[in-house]
Amino acid sequence: MTIDAARGAASDSANLPDPTGHFGRFGGRFAPEALMAALDELTREFEAAKADPAFTGELDELLTNYAGRPSLLTEARRFAEHAGGARILLKREDLNHTGSHKINNVLGQALLTRRMGKRRVIAETGAGQHGVATATAAALLGLDCTVYMGEVDTRRQALNVARMRMLGAEVVPVKNGSRTLKDACNEAFRDWVATVEDTHYCIGSVMGPHPFPMMVRDFQRVIGVEARRQVLELTGRLPDAVVACVGGGSNAIGIFHAFVPDEGVRLYGFEAGGDGVDTGRHAATLAGGSLGVIHGMRTFLLQDDDGQTLETHSVSAGLDYPGVGPEHSWLHDTGRAVYRAITDAEAMDAFGLLCRTEGIIPAIESAHALAGALKVGRELGEDAVIVVCLSGRGDKDMHTAAEWFGFITGEEGGR
Amino acid sequence: MSTSVAFAKAQADGRAALVGYLPAGFPSYQGAIDAARAMVEAGCDVIEIGLPYTDPMMDGPTIQDAVHRALTGGVRVADVLRTVEAVAATGVPTLVMTYWNPVDRYGVDAFARDLKSAGGAGLITPDLTPEEAGPWLAASDAHDLDRVFLVALSSTDERIAKIVDVCRGFVYAASLMGVTGARSAVDTGAPRLVERTREALARRGPDAPALPVGLGLGVSNGAQAAEVAGFADGVIVGSAFIRRLLDAPDEKAGIQAVRAFAAELAEGVRRGA
Repeated sequence: MTIDAARGAASDSANLPDPTGHFGRFGGRFAPEALMAALDELTREFEAAKADPAFTGELDELLTNYAGRPSLLTEARRFAEHAGGARILLKREDLNHTGSHKINNVLGQALLTRRMGKRRVIAETGAGQHGVATATAAALLGLDCTVYMGEVDTRRQALNVARMRMLGAEVVPVKNGSRTLKDACNEAFRDWVATVEDTHYCIGSVMGPHPFPMMVRDFQRVIGVEARRQVLELTGRLPDAVVACVGGGSNAIGIFHAFVPDEGVRLYGFEAGGDGVDTGRHAATLAGGSLGVIHGMRTFLLQDDDGQTLETHSVSAGLDYPGVGPEHSWLHDTGRAVYRAITDAEAMDAFGLLCRTEGIIPAIESAHALAGALKVGRELGEDAVIVVCLSGRGDKDMHTAAEWFGFITGEEGGR
Repeated sequence: MSTSVAFAKAQADGRAALVGYLPAGFPSYQGAIDAARAMVEAGCDVIEIGLPYTDPMMDGPTIQDAVHRALTGGVRVADVLRTVEAVAATGVPTLVMTYWNPVDRYGVDAFARDLKSAGGAGLITPDLTPEEAGPWLAASDAHDLDRVFLVALSSTDERIAKIVDVCRGFVYAASLMGVTGARSAVDTGAPRLVERTREALARRGPDAPALPVGLGLGVSNGAQAAEVAGFADGVIVGSAFIRRLLDAPDEKAGIQAVRAFAAELAEGVRRGA
């Protein structure tokens, strides 16, 4: 397929994935046979639930009266002064209950879990946002909950570990491999293979075997649907660019999706560049990865010549993942979305800037999008309107940030 | 040589085949070869060589531990192929058991070609289902290699039919809903899964090639091997071999323990038939 033809096809991406879960050459199901029946059941139940007004009504009610939707669209005027004068509008997913976009997806999957007659959910988490959201939804619906978290991440996100336990979830620190998000994913899959009859694996991003990338996208689409309406109401036109951070990529797909058919709207995903893509210490999958299979999907990933997954590095536990959702690989391949890397230092500069100019402490993940928005703003000029997905709030990251900026030392932090 | 030849030979002896698994590079590059050879000498009919992978999604702690050590020890895909070559030289069909990404990365046809030239019998692919296996079906046809897909307790009859249709060598029945690892008792669903798989094989019609059914996941002693041999064509053992290498004071003692355990299992499959 030529790039032009692919771009045309991408604008039709509401029809993707195909019935076998493929976004072009990406996606699919690379999963143990033991899980295939559960994946088929989940696909059927999700399709039925989407068409069932009782299900969608209950989800809408929870999103409105529990999660706090619609989230605000806040103009960041003082922050935008550093972006070449472009207008910057923040889609405030940080204001959702539990403090991030993760709750949108989790409420949907928790309702599906109950609909399937299962009594337990498991989840993996990096920064803890998805773990906290899952523990929250499980508490709300009376489901048992186990959350797998890399041991490294349990240390840097200790507050979220406590929060999950407070909500009644069991948190299991994973001591295999790099002890970060990808290893938590492996452990969650292992649990699921053994418990699939009564357990739903509540995947937290647009990744994994079909139908997860499609299902999580559909639960997160609300971000972009709202943002598109809000920006039209506020400015009378569509934005010039929509910007989001990308680890697995759920907040990014969520805000991109409603804009994909709007060809004049540029879509930018910002990945974790760590110390810099050329240093090898990063988690920028689309900038530095190659095609392969990980965690049940075909997508871009960071791997060596033998197909072994490379260790990743990011100041953000939530972006510290060597793969990316298959739909992002598709948008990257077709050129519909542009993906770039933001270094730790650039992200933390933007983090500090948003705090001081707007009185908003962002998640470090979201700070990657903010740093990207500053660059995009300078490139597009002062007439540009840029919507940034502020995917989460930074309370959980205060320890990392306070150490980064030298407000506390390691000793004072008790670690 | 196709794995089915070894199964047929065991069947002619009136017993089940014994299939042993070890990852390449564990406890060391040469240690893995020596251990696999000891398994053959003590009565294993088929050897599976695991390709160590950083993200072993389906494996329990024992295999994870061994694979981690192999990777830390520096084992590469080329070493896996050399291990296959050394083990296949014993005359026993030797398969590679691998997650899909290393093969995908190597190039499916190139991997098939190099596996064939190393004397390998084929691949066992725990995270590749027939739906995604197009390139591998073509490559295994082109290079005349076995392709062993798994059936699970949760597989529907329709899926079992689809899986056995594309298998060559044998069908791998995963008897537990769970990850690999020795269990104290063989799951009670196992005989029924083997039976359902045989029913699917029978429905292929009289001209379809014979395809034995091996049962894996959980066997940890000779008595269990005998029990499984009573209803399956092959008994597949992995974690319990690795456990002996992990628990031994040194590599030499470990290989002796592996040899003794293989002999116990070989006696079991003869008793069970």
